[in-house]
Order: sequence, then structure tokens, then C-alpha cells
Amino acid sequence: MTAPLLAILGMALATYATCASGLYLMRGVVVKGRLKAALDALPPAILMAVIVPTILTTGPAESIAAILTAAVAFMRMPLVVTVLTGVMSVVLLRMVLS
Amino acid sequence: MTSSAREFRQGLIDVLPILVAATPIGLLWGTLAASKGLVPFEVWLMSATVFAGAAQFVAIEVWRDLVPWVLLTLTALIVNIRHVLMGASLSRHLGGIDGRWHPLMMFLMADENWAFSERRALKTPLTLGYYFGLALPMWITWATSSITGAIVGRSFGDPAGYGFYFAFSAMFIGILAGFWKRPRTGAILGASAVAAALAKLYVPGAWYIVIGGIVGVIVAALLYREGEAS
Repeated sequence: MTAPLLAILGMALATYATCASGLYLMRGVVVKGRLKAALDALPPAILMAVIVPTILTTGPAESIAAILTAAVAFMRMPLVVTVLTGVMSVVLLRMVLS
Repeated sequence: MTSSAREFRQGLIDVLPILVAATPIGLLWGTLAASKGLVPFEVWLMSATVFAGAAQFVAIEVWRDLVPWVLLTLTALIVNIRHVLMGASLSRHLGGIDGRWHPLMMFLMADENWAFSERRALKTPLTLGYYFGLALPMWITWATSSITGAIVGRSFGDPAGYGFYFAFSAMFIGILAGFWKRPRTGAILGASAVAAALAKLYVPGAWYIVIGGIVGVIVAALLYREGEAS
């Protein structure tokens, strides 16, 4: 097998291992009480951590756009409106601020 | 329309804006990969089997003529380590889905599919139809735009200029809003954000997502009071 194909296979297996191991990690675990409260926090905590570099450390345009996007999101607007608000505001802010 | 088809359609509708945003990113990645010497088939194969944008962009940075495949494998493992937490969280919502599908579902899990599935599970049980409605169009779009970028190349400019990259952050903010329950959520998110920002600054690699996620979970466990309704 050539090196590029070997690299792609290795990366694919590594990525699959990360996804699948999470699934098997939880097998047989009874989730209630404090553990349930902790696990319920996992999705929002990960989502927050994922966006931190973009919204906090990229630049003022991204940080301001994130605040505007959050304002729209908390008005319970449809997700597509939230996404469009984010994209349009970041484009406009980059034009104004650069 | 059967309920599976209805669920699939709902998934497709939800993921549609993300398909639009992912296309220029895939084109860019395919272009970069081709410039590093990957042939179009290899570009397609990586997008189709690795199917993880962040890891693929990092891989192209690391890629050399003498392909360091061990380093690339380890890099993919570390960049994707967040998927362990995502998979563990998602596993709680797979109760109604035949276990034979679980491996394929995990193969197709990407940040976006995962986030939409978690959002769905807040309101209604997660179904295979809905999940595939998200994941299959995403997979087709990512693989197709990558190989198109590799073949056509260098004619799309920088997608940053069009703000597409921000669509993912905006989507995650929108999904986050659905998880807001009470002031305590703010404490959890604040702790996660601070931990992730510090980790991003001081810890090399892609550990910041895992660190932010775990700190948020610890804060949630500490704030829990015995006997409260969840």
C-alpha cells in the first residue's frame, strides 16, 4: 500500500475509534441524579468550547457577530435566521472594521 | 409519506444551510490537498472515510512528500478526541435505534450531525431517519466538494471573505440557545468558555474542546442538588 493510502486509512481508523469509543464507554452505565445532570451539560459545554476560538480569539468582527447571533438565537428565531444573521453580520463587520 | 421519510426530510431541511456553508470549505480543502500532491481519488477517499473537516485541514498542514502516516494518524486521533465525549453523549439517545445501525451512525458522526441530533433529542426521540437525513447529505456534500476542489482548484478565492466559516459558529450558537434552561446553564457555559479559551492559549493541539467540555460537566455536577428535578 502506498504511503498516502496508508495515511488516509490510519486517519480514518483513528477518527472512527474516537466516535465509536464514546458509544461503548457508556454501555451499561445507569444515568441518573448527579451523573445525569453532569451528562446533560455535556452537549452545551462542548458546543461552547468548539466556538470559543472563533468568537473570542479571532477578532472584534467575530466577537461582535457572535453577540448579535446569540441575541437572535435567544429570541427563538428559526436556526436558519440565526445562521444568516451570523454570516451577514460577520461579513459587514469585517468590511467596516478592516 | 412514511414516518421514516418524514424524519429524513426534516433532517435534510435542518442541515441545508450547513450544506451551503460546507461546500466552499470542502472546495478549499480539496484545492489545498491537491496542492500538497494528493491525487483527486485520494482527496475523495480522505473526505469520504475520515469525514472530519478540522482533522483534514490539520492533516494537510502536516502532509509532506514522504508522507508521515504515523504522525498523521496520531494527529487525527488527537484532533478528533472530542468525538469520544460527543459519542458518549449521543449514545444516550440511541435507545430507540437498532444496534446494527450504531457503527454506521458513528462512522457518519461529524460535529454538525452530532449537534443537530442532540438538539432534536431535547424535544423528540432521535430516529435513524432523522440522523441519516442530516448525515448522508452532509457526507455527499463534503466528499463531492472536496474532489471538485482537487480537480478544478484555485479559482474560488478565500471563503473567509464570504463569511461562510462563521456559519458553523452561528449554527452552534443557535443550537446552544436551545439548551438554555436556567441561570445555572450560564455558569456551565461560562466555565466551559473560560477553560476552553485558556486551553486554546496554553495547551498545544486540539485539547481545548475536551477541556472545555469536561470543565462544564464538572461545574454541572458540583451545582447539582440532591433530589432536584432535572
